[in-house]
Amino acid sequence: MTPAIAQRPGDAAGTGLIIGSMAERARNVVSMTRRNLVHISREPMQLSDVTIQPVLFTVLFIYLFGGAIPIPGGGSYTDFILAGLLALNLTTSTMGTAVGLATDLHEGIIDRFRVLPMWRPAVLVGRSLADLLTACLCALVVAVTGLAVGWRTSAGLPSIIGGFALVLFFAYSLSWVAACVGLNSKSPESAASFGFIVLFPLAFVSNAMVPTQHMPGWLQAVADWNPVSAVTAAARQLWHNPNPSASIAAWPMQHPVEASLAWSVLILAAAAPLASWYFRRRTTE
Amino acid sequence: MTDAMIEADGLVKSYGQTRALAGVSFSAPPGSVLGLLGPNGAGKTTAVRILTTLARPDAGQARVAGIDVLAHPAAVRRQIGAAAQDATLDGLLTGRQNLMLVGELSGMRTGQARARAAELLDLFELADAADRVVKGYSGGMRRRLDLAASLLTRPPVLFLDEPTTGLDPVSRQRVWEVIRALIGSGVTLLLTTQYLDEADALADRIVVVDHGQVIADGTPRELKQRSRSAHVEVTLAEPGPEAEEVIAPMVGGRVSVSADGLRLGAAVDSAPGLATALVRALDQAGMLVDNIEVRQPSLDDVFFALTGAHIPGDNNGSSAAKTTAGPGGPGADAAERERVQA
Repeated sequence: MTPAIAQRPGDAAGTGLIIGSMAERARNVVSMTRRNLVHISREPMQLSDVTIQPVLFTVLFIYLFGGAIPIPGGGSYTDFILAGLLALNLTTSTMGTAVGLATDLHEGIIDRFRVLPMWRPAVLVGRSLADLLTACLCALVVAVTGLAVGWRTSAGLPSIIGGFALVLFFAYSLSWVAACVGLNSKSPESAASFGFIVLFPLAFVSNAMVPTQHMPGWLQAVADWNPVSAVTAAARQLWHNPNPSASIAAWPMQHPVEASLAWSVLILAAAAPLASWYFRRRTTE
Repeated sequence: MTDAMIEADGLVKSYGQTRALAGVSFSAPPGSVLGLLGPNGAGKTTAVRILTTLARPDAGQARVAGIDVLAHPAAVRRQIGAAAQDATLDGLLTGRQNLMLVGELSGMRTGQARARAAELLDLFELADAADRVVKGYSGGMRRRLDLAASLLTRPPVLFLDEPTTGLDPVSRQRVWEVIRALIGSGVTLLLTTQYLDEADALADRIVVVDHGQVIADGTPRELKQRSRSAHVEVTLAEPGPEAEEVIAPMVGGRVSVSADGLRLGAAVDSAPGLATALVRALDQAGMLVDNIEVRQPSLDDVFFALTGAHIPGDNNGSSAAKTTAGPGGPGADAAERERVQA
């Protein structure tokens, strides 16, 4: 028994475990990302957020509201709604980041990471990357479901991919906001409430589900400046799908691609350092 | 500079109004096992958290493997393995995935981590459960996996925080076996425990902590000697009226004599060498000794003497070592133990 757990030979002590290099950090991030992906695959609730929910929402919105909501400027509701559904699903799925981090902090596993000679931000970066990958899965499910129920686009492939990329980038930046929430939550349950209190209103008070033209004036102003509206309008524009917001004078609606990029960069630039700071504060005693 | 592998010097730490540590100092030389013994809330875990870089003390110094824990925590992390009280495992990963994650995050190559994980899973008899999700593991299995995780990189310094708390006797015994196998491999080990027999069985040196302070420090044997509750009992071959006079000055106290005059008992301050001296004195006085027994004080007696309280939840505190004079001499620390009802 003894030899197998004998002390590490002195010469290997330093060389084998030198950290700090970028490659080492990248490997830490890959390990943490993989770990979080295993988690998501084993948590049916989290996985259903990006698989069953998008199918359900797509089918529900198209068949329930499809005939009832006229699109200013014309076009099919199915073509109109798809970008909105993508934005809705990806926005609300960032709740997983908040819950996941709150769970890690709640369950003591973070102490294990903290005694290892690892690059600590890998905990956050690995989480955000795992969530980005599941967001990609979610986008694929939305696209396939959309195609199955009649969504069509006349745009070229680069433009179509650009539309998906813009929404995914927005979801990624938003996941860092979710990380801040998760790092400040007392429990996974309270982190989950973030989804209902913040993310759903954020996704719904926008042009994602309905054209904003029919909203009361003040609500329309909020909706037109909602980053979700910019992201949705940008995807519609890039996919050559009906985009009634194009007739609205607000700057983000006139320049949706620029606006959505600006929002995503701003949110990421603010939330990522803040999340690192919260992480350090939460893990200091 | 000292040669100690683990050094705590005047550690003070408060959490809000609660003072967890009020100036705790101890050290462990290379290759030794230091037992930090104390009841719940004594400050053991806080001391371990500081030494493993998880917490910063309000005052005091700490060094591990000669490295200042406060100044160079990252360097310390490369020298230590730690198993926390609540096994810090990922419940959604399998046992193997847990170990590989720890290995990779410690800088091991994937192949290296896989090989080492397999080796430890075998060693800790977890090979059959290796590819099951940890959530379904028993308490004993989790504890062994956590121990395996702490050993993954073969760290020269190990911290085990209450490695057997909450385990059934069989699992506890298996964890002991693993720790015993570590001892002597050159690893310096700090072990916290609420169990006196555990500290007694595994540690070279015991630091008794209570209310954030060190109240005693010594080898298990030294600590036992500090207690005044040792008991000597002599059984003679024939009743000897003068035996009482022979023994009384040697034990410095009252001697009780049984009704048949064959058995004489006395409370003594400390035990070593006493049995030999008593037998010799009685022999010189012309009396034949059939049996002599020195009951060592248990560590619970020591703890009681030091704190005025018994170790909470300790059911095994009154275990006693029996010493029998004769060929081989007084084997005071013989593993021969018997339960004596307190």
